[in-house]
Amino acid sequence: MLSIRYEAPASVGEAVALLDADEGAKVIAGGTDLLVQYRSGLREPTAFVDVKRIPDLMEISIDADGLVLGAATPAAEVFENTEIRQLWPGVAEATDLIGSTQIQGRATLGGNLCNSSPAADTVPALIAVGAQAVIAGPSGERELAVEDFVTGPGQNVLGRGEFLVKLRVPRPGPRTSDAYLRLIPRTEMDIAVVGAGVALTLDEGGTCTAARVAIGAVAPTALLVPDAAAALVGSSVDDAALAGAAQAASAAASPIDDKRGTVAYRRKVTGVLTQRAAAIAAERARER
Amino acid sequence: MSERKFKYVGTRPIRHDGVDKVTGRANFGADFDAPGMLHGALLRSPHAHARILSVDTRAAEAVAGVKAVLTGQELPKLQSMWMGGAEGGIDFRDIAENCLARDKVLYHGHAVAAVAATTPEIALQAARMIEVEYEELTPVLDLEAAVASDAPILHDDLQPIGATDPLPEGPTNIAGRVEFSRGDVDAGFAEADVVVEREFRTQMVHQGYIEPHACVARIGEDDQVVVWCTTQGGFAVKNYSAMVLQMDPAKIKVISSEIGGGFGGKTTIYLEPVAIALARKARRPVKMVMSREEVFRATGPTSGTIVRAELGAKRDGTLVAGRLSMFYEAGAYRGSPAGPGAMCAFGSYKIPNFYIEAHDVVVNKPKVAAYRAPGAPMSTFATESLVDELARELGLDPIEMRLHNAVDEGDQAPYGPVYGPIGLRETLEAARSHPHYKAPLGQNQGRGIACGFWFNAGMSSSANVSLHADGSAVVATGNPDIGGSRAAQAQMVSEELGIPVERVRPVVADTDSVGYTDMTGGSRVCFATGMAVIQASRDVVDQLRARAAQIWGVELDSVAWEDGRALPANGAEGDHEPLPIEELAQQMGRTGGPIVGKASLTAPMAGPGFATHLCDLEVDPETGASRVVRYTAIQDAGKAVHPGYVEGQYQGGSAQGIGWALNEEYIFDERGEMENPGFLDYRMPVASDLPMIDTVIVEVPNPLHPYGVRGVGETPIVPPLAAVANAMRGATGVRFTVLPMSPPRVLEAIDA
Ligand SMILES: Cc1cc2nc3c(=O)[nH]c(=O)nc-3n(C[C@H](O)[C@H](O)[C@H](O)COP(=O)(O)OP(=O)(O)OC[C@H]3O[C@@H](n4cnc5c(N)ncnc54)[C@H](O)[C@@H]3O)c2cc1C
Repeated sequence: MLSIRYEAPASVGEAVALLDADEGAKVIAGGTDLLVQYRSGLREPTAFVDVKRIPDLMEISIDADGLVLGAATPAAEVFENTEIRQLWPGVAEATDLIGSTQIQGRATLGGNLCNSSPAADTVPALIAVGAQAVIAGPSGERELAVEDFVTGPGQNVLGRGEFLVKLRVPRPGPRTSDAYLRLIPRTEMDIAVVGAGVALTLDEGGTCTAARVAIGAVAPTALLVPDAAAALVGSSVDDAALAGAAQAASAAASPIDDKRGTVAYRRKVTGVLTQRAAAIAAERARER
Repeated sequence: MSERKFKYVGTRPIRHDGVDKVTGRANFGADFDAPGMLHGALLRSPHAHARILSVDTRAAEAVAGVKAVLTGQELPKLQSMWMGGAEGGIDFRDIAENCLARDKVLYHGHAVAAVAATTPEIALQAARMIEVEYEELTPVLDLEAAVASDAPILHDDLQPIGATDPLPEGPTNIAGRVEFSRGDVDAGFAEADVVVEREFRTQMVHQGYIEPHACVARIGEDDQVVVWCTTQGGFAVKNYSAMVLQMDPAKIKVISSEIGGGFGGKTTIYLEPVAIALARKARRPVKMVMSREEVFRATGPTSGTIVRAELGAKRDGTLVAGRLSMFYEAGAYRGSPAGPGAMCAFGSYKIPNFYIEAHDVVVNKPKVAAYRAPGAPMSTFATESLVDELARELGLDPIEMRLHNAVDEGDQAPYGPVYGPIGLRETLEAARSHPHYKAPLGQNQGRGIACGFWFNAGMSSSANVSLHADGSAVVATGNPDIGGSRAAQAQMVSEELGIPVERVRPVVADTDSVGYTDMTGGSRVCFATGMAVIQASRDVVDQLRARAAQIWGVELDSVAWEDGRALPANGAEGDHEPLPIEELAQQMGRTGGPIVGKASLTAPMAGPGFATHLCDLEVDPETGASRVVRYTAIQDAGKAVHPGYVEGQYQGGSAQGIGWALNEEYIFDERGEMENPGFLDYRMPVASDLPMIDTVIVEVPNPLHPYGVRGVGETPIVPPLAAVANAMRGATGVRFTVLPMSPPRVLEAIDA
C-alpha cells in the first residue's frame, strides 16, 4: 500500500512548485469530492496539496468591482455572508444546496468547479453571473470565464502545475439579480438531475436588458445558453418570454439516459427550471 | 387481561442502551478488535453468470503480509436440503455457496475467494491478484427472461417445490410455487358488477440498514471458535456457520454486537464462515467488514416482483372475487418471499372466492433475504391499489369500502387459520375519525389510504432473570436488540417484580449463556421473548414468595406478591409485616441460595397485526417530483409495552415503504452489474424528505400473550406502497402500477 504525502504550502508559488514537481499530486480543498473518490479507489494521488493555508485562497472581499472569492473558502462561509446573499442570491442558493450542513463546512466553490462534474451546482450559477476563474501556474496567472473552464466530465483547462486561486464575480448593477434551481428526487444529499441558473437585468420600465442563462447536468459540461437569454432580453419577462427561454434551454440540452433520468425527462425539466429560475431572478431584480 | 392495571407497561422509560448509542460508545459490528487480528477481504465476481473454470491463488499468497487465502472449493461440499419456513426457507448448500462460490458465480459481486492479511489494504490488494478463469454465461436479469422457455438455467439440478400443478418439468428457473384458493373464482367474477385488473411491478430494494455486515472470528488453541458479529440472531450465526463448515455447533460461540439495523437483512450469514475458515488457516483472529458497495451488491435485498391482479365487487362494494398471479425474484438461489406474499395478499378482506398463485424464480441477482414483512408489501401494493380503484369506480369512500369488507374475529385468513381478536376494523375507524382524513387538500395534492396485514411469528425463546442482593435484577435473552426490545423486556420484569425499570438491567446474552432463542425477526421479540421474560419473572416471584413463606412459617398460598413486596394473604393478613424485595434479596443466601428465574418456550402462533395508513402527496406537475406532505400510520399493537418504540416502528416502516414507493430501486446494466450501489443513487429518503409521521396506536389485546402484546415491527411497511400510489392517483389522475414512482416516471405518465 502506497503512502500519500501531505503538503500544506503557504503561498501560491509554493503550491505551483509542488504541483509542477509531481504530476500525481492533487490539490485538496474541502476534500468532499477528492477523499470520496480516493476512498472508493477512483483516484490514487501521490500527494495531497492542501491549499487552505494560502491566504489568497481563503479570502472573501467585496468592493465596487464585485466579489473576489478565494477558491478554498468553505461553502458555509460563502452562504453566511449576507452581502453575497444580497448581491448574488442565485450563487448563494446554489452554494447552500451542496450536500448538507456538515458537507458545507468543508466543501468549496473552487472544488466544485475543479472537480468538473457536469452536475456541480454552483457552476451554472457562477456562469450566469459572469464569474471569471483566476488560475496560477508555472508561467504566471491567467484568467478565463467559468463557462470556458470545464472541458468535459471531470476535465478542465488546468495544465501541469496549475491550480485555481480565486473567482471574480462582477458587481451587479441596479435591477440586476440571479437565481439557481435544481431538480433532485430527494430534498438534499443528492446530485442534480437538472440545474438552471439565470441572471438578468431590468430597466426602469421592467424590460429585460441583459440576461445570462446557464444549465447544468444536461450536457458534458454546464452550458451557457445565449438563445435562452435572447428570449428574455427585450421582454418584460412575461409568460411568452419565459416559455421562449424554456424552449431554448431544452433545445440546448444534450442529456444522456442514465440511472438519474432519461433524455426526454431532462430536456423537459431543463426548460421548466430555466423558466422558473428566470421568473425568480426577475422578481428579485424588480426589488433591487 | 384487559382489566389489568399496568404500572410500568405502557410507560416510556429511556432505553438502557440509549446513552451509549447517542454518545457513540456503543460497540457495533466493526468496533471489535482482537489482539493479533488479521483483516479479511473478498474477491468478488465481475460477471453476473459464469462458470468458474479455475482459481489461481499463488500470486496472492506470495504477497508480504498475506496469512491465508481461501476458495470456495476448500469449504465442505454440502448436499442440497431445503428447509421451508414461514418467512421463506433455507438450504445450507445455497448459504455456503453464497458465502463463497464453488462452481458457478450467480450474480455480479458473488464472493469467489478470500484473503486474510495484516492490513485491510494488503488483503484487498492480494484478493485482486487472485486469478479466476471464467466461462461467461448469459445472465438472466428479469422475471420474464427467467421463465421464458429458452431461458439460460441458473441451476441444472433445481427441483421446483410446492404446489405442483402446473410446475415445469426439466431444467427451470422456477424454484417453487404456492397456491391458495377459496370458493369458486369464476363464479365469483361472474357475480361481480365491477371488475378491475392490472399488472403491478416492483424492483429489487434493499433494507438499507446503516451498519454494514462485520465480524471477527477467533480460533482458540483448542479449536473453539468465538465470533463477534452484527446479526439478528446469534444462534443462527452459530448453527448456520456450523452447518456450512460442518462443525459441531458447540464449538462456536457467538457474541452479537449492538446492531445498526437489520430489517431482516441480518438473518443470514455472509462473512462469518469465511472469517472462521480464514482464522483456522491462519491461526489468528480475522476481521471482515463489508463496504456499503458490498452490502448493496452481495447481501440480500428483497425481490422484484410482477403481480397480475384482478378484483371484483358488487355495486354496494362487497368484494366477491379475487385472482392473483405473482412472480417473485429469489435472486441467485431459491427462497423468495412469494409464499408469505401470497398469504398476506387478501388478508384484510372477506373475499368468498379467490385464487392466488405465487412463483419463486431464480435470477442472476443477489440472493434475497428477509425484509420487514417479507413479500407482503408487493402483493398488498397490488390488492390495495385495486380496492382503491374499485372504490373510485363505485363512487364509494375508500375507508367505507374497506370497512364494508374488513375481516373480523372468526373470519378465516386466506391461508387457513381463523382469526382471533384482531384490530383491522378499529384501525379503519380510527383513520375515519382522524383529523388527517378530514383535512382539506391543496392544489396538486392527493390522499391515499391503504391497509396492511402481517401474520407475525412466535417461535422459540429463552430468558433468565437473576436477582442481585440489593433487589435489582438482570434479564438476559438471546435476541439482539434492534427496536428497543431491551427496554420493553425490562419493563416486563418491572411489572412482574414490582421494581423500577432503572433497577432492571436487560442484556443480550451470547449463545453460550442463554437458552436457544430464534432470531430477532418476524416481529416476535416483544411477543415471544417477552412471554419468556414474563414467565421467568414470575418464576422469580414464586421463589420470592416461597422465601417469604419460609420466613413467616406459612404456606406458599398465604403469600401474595404486590408492588415489589411479599404480603400475607389467605388468612395470614395482619400477622406479618410485608417483606420488600430488597429484604428478601438480601437474605437469599441464607434462605435457600441465589434466585434465578428461567423460562424457555415455543409460541406456535402469534396474533396478526393490521394497519391503516393515510398519505397526502403533492406532485409538481411540471417535473413529476413529489413530496409526502402528511402521513398517518394507525396500527393495532395489542398492548404497547413501550409506546415510544411502538411509534418508532410505525414511523420507520412507513419511511421505508415511502422510499420503496417513490425512489428506491436496484438499477442493473445489461450485464447484471448494479449501477447504483451507494446511497447517492440508491435513493432512500433522508430526514428532510418526510414530514413527521403521525401515529395512532390501537390496542385490541392479543389473547395469546399475558399482556395482550402483538408484534408491531413488520406490519408498518405493508401499506405504504399502495397508500402512496393511491395518493398519487388522487394527485395526478394516473394509476401507477410500476414502482418506484420516481420523478421521470411520474412526469412521463402525466404527459402521456
Ligand atoms: C454527501 C455529499 C453531498 C454532496 N452534495 C453536493 C451537491 O448537492 N451539489 C454539488 O454540486 N456537489 C455536491 N457534493 C460534491 C462536493 O461536495 C462539491 O463538489 C464540493 O464543492 C467540492 O469541494 P471540495 O472543496 O470539497 O473539493 P475537493 O474534494 O477538495 O476537490 C475536488 C476536486 O477539485 C480539485 N481542486 C480543489 N480545489 C482546487 C483548486 N483550488 N485548484 C485546482 N484544483 C482544485 C481537487 O484536486 C479535486 O480533484 C457532495 C458531496 C458529498 C460527499
